[in-house]
Amino acid sequence: MDRILIKGGRLIDPASDTDAVKDILVEGSRIVQTGSGLNAGDATLINAEGMLIFPGLIDMHVHLREPGFEHKETIESGTGSAAVGGFTTIACMPNTNPVIDSPAMVEYIYLKAEKEGRVKVKPIAAITKGQRGEELSPIGELVRYGAAAFSDDGHPVSGSNLMRRAMEYASMWDALIISHCEDLELSRDGVMNEGDMSTMLGMRGIPSVAEETMVAREIALSRYTGCRVHIAHISTKASVEMVRLAKAEGVRISAEATPHHFSLTDSAVDGYSSMTKVNPPLRSEEDVEEVIRGLKDGTIDAIATDHAPHHRDDKEVEYTAAAFGISGLETAVPLAVTHLLRPGILTPLQMAERMSLAPSKLLKLDAGYIAEGGPADITIIDPEAEITVDAAKFVSKGKNSPFDGMKLWGRVVHTIVEGRMTR
Amino acid sequence: MRIKNLLGIRDLSNEDILQILDTAVLMKPIMETKNKRTTYLMGKILVTLFYENSTRTRVSFELAAKYLGATTTNISSSASSVMKGETLIDTARTLQAMGVDIVVMRHPMTAAHRLLANHLNAVVINAGDGINEHPTQALLDMFTIREKKGTLKGLKVVIAGDILHSRVARSNIWGLTKLGARVVLAGPATLIPKGIEKMGVEVYHDIKKAAVDADVIMGLRIQLERQKSGLFPSLREYNMLFGIDEYVLEAAREDVLIMHPGPTNRGVEMSSEIIDSDNSAIEEQVTNGVAVRMAILYMLTREGVS
Repeated sequence: MDRILIKGGRLIDPASDTDAVKDILVEGSRIVQTGSGLNAGDATLINAEGMLIFPGLIDMHVHLREPGFEHKETIESGTGSAAVGGFTTIACMPNTNPVIDSPAMVEYIYLKAEKEGRVKVKPIAAITKGQRGEELSPIGELVRYGAAAFSDDGHPVSGSNLMRRAMEYASMWDALIISHCEDLELSRDGVMNEGDMSTMLGMRGIPSVAEETMVAREIALSRYTGCRVHIAHISTKASVEMVRLAKAEGVRISAEATPHHFSLTDSAVDGYSSMTKVNPPLRSEEDVEEVIRGLKDGTIDAIATDHAPHHRDDKEVEYTAAAFGISGLETAVPLAVTHLLRPGILTPLQMAERMSLAPSKLLKLDAGYIAEGGPADITIIDPEAEITVDAAKFVSKGKNSPFDGMKLWGRVVHTIVEGRMTR
Repeated sequence: MRIKNLLGIRDLSNEDILQILDTAVLMKPIMETKNKRTTYLMGKILVTLFYENSTRTRVSFELAAKYLGATTTNISSSASSVMKGETLIDTARTLQAMGVDIVVMRHPMTAAHRLLANHLNAVVINAGDGINEHPTQALLDMFTIREKKGTLKGLKVVIAGDILHSRVARSNIWGLTKLGARVVLAGPATLIPKGIEKMGVEVYHDIKKAAVDADVIMGLRIQLERQKSGLFPSLREYNMLFGIDEYVLEAAREDVLIMHPGPTNRGVEMSSEIIDSDNSAIEEQVTNGVAVRMAILYMLTREGVS
């Protein structure tokens, strides 16, 4: 059986509240021992001095594009990108073609990922058939086939009654509903955050209220139905404030934020690079500050990338015509290290919580912790390494990154998935 | 000039703007000569590439080019490859391959010109991009104001109407504030974009208050389709609240200059009495448009000349 010994690293395990230098011995797909001064003759040795040892990172919001859009990404390239980015498990969104709204499609993703994937993949199924917002998907059957959560991501469920019924129905299995909060009537033909920057640049705006009115609705519906509801890519100040209040009240609501929403403001759009075009859009400084506050105080449970790879043809066009989305898997760790860890906003324990334990709990996975007998999903990060982002070298087919050329801190040194080194 | 293309007024320095206006002063007499033909642009090929309908701007550019001796050709959206799904970059490459020197483009999407300019050696001139900028219109407006008032500095210029969708307003705001005019906007709250005060302007929702002591009042075309998208109740109410008529003029300075980029909706954003009054410079704006465009063509095709 393959054995790996990780020596001298700083073990960060939020599940047991551990932040200490410890060795880890991996045998097969499990962790067999943690402690100091471990030795194991024939094991592959990883010298992890000065490194952070996190439970394998989990990204609960990824677009793998397969099937249907293989020119943008495949399960193979997307999971390869995840491995390089330090993720051991990713949950993929159902906006493929066909949509993941049937047991056959859930099964297909699992089989394909098992065959070609470099990390573990958990499919998120659609709330409504074809993401059309008309009839419910077979949620009960999909739960049985292993759908990790339910979302019509990108095609928000506009009908409030349908969303209410989806929540009531999903709560029978305590399933998680993930909501991309966007009132399409308010966002309309907007291409960037509405505010003084969109006005100055002469572009149509997506107002913050397009998100906030739906966050308010989801909180009200969650309170009313008791369903677990997760706000995807939260991006505005008032959204974060509403979630904070709702949590204090006991509403079963959670939220995630993307690295681009805690590291860039809408001023990045000046220059009109379509790489900055993303939905929800890059917001104002005030919004970014509140997202960071929410990540610090735990209002925002998880960091998720909303990895949205696109072909260059989708981006090398007029800003208005360009596709929304950022290829995010390979820059998530450096952005979190640079913008949250190094400035002291998050401790290593909190960072591991947001990027591993919290999403594991939300998706009810057996992952997100480091313990003897537990799964050998481990991410080793060098927080002192300086890197320059080179999007052309992404493993992802999507080279669409507004961070290209940027100097950041933090490098993923190894990603271990079920005892296998994938990086 | 230090710039290669004319993409927007935002990119221009005060010196650039003044240099264009000064050059236009020299160009204007050419239009009044008997034989309206010079050789400054002899051998240059100018293409007007219009993805939106326009008559006056396109013709104004074509005539400006012809007065300077250039050869012009026109591609309009119905005949162009857009309909066949060609990307703007590929269109740029095609034009390049045919040896075009100047491309004058109007495009419904903001900053499309930057994309074009990034892929062309030819000079790119923005004849309107989405709701963003219409730099030559603002330059001709500034030229007209300066010609009438001697300067722009310290003048109170009121821009009234649909600011939200107006590239003319945006270009004028950039230019007028750069040259020291006081810019006051007037319009319904639904047609004033968020945070525009940051561009250094004042906002009023009462046209009469906005017009107090105005040196210039510029009306903007109001489009009926805005009513259908819920931005105002009716043209009648729009005219009642924001129409520029003799009552509004009473508040302004006696020598107030009335301007409009055209085409006008008589009796909607501006009354016929005002459009045809002695204060109106609307027709002269059209003449000046040709002169200003001549100046721009001249300057942008003259490498190293400053």
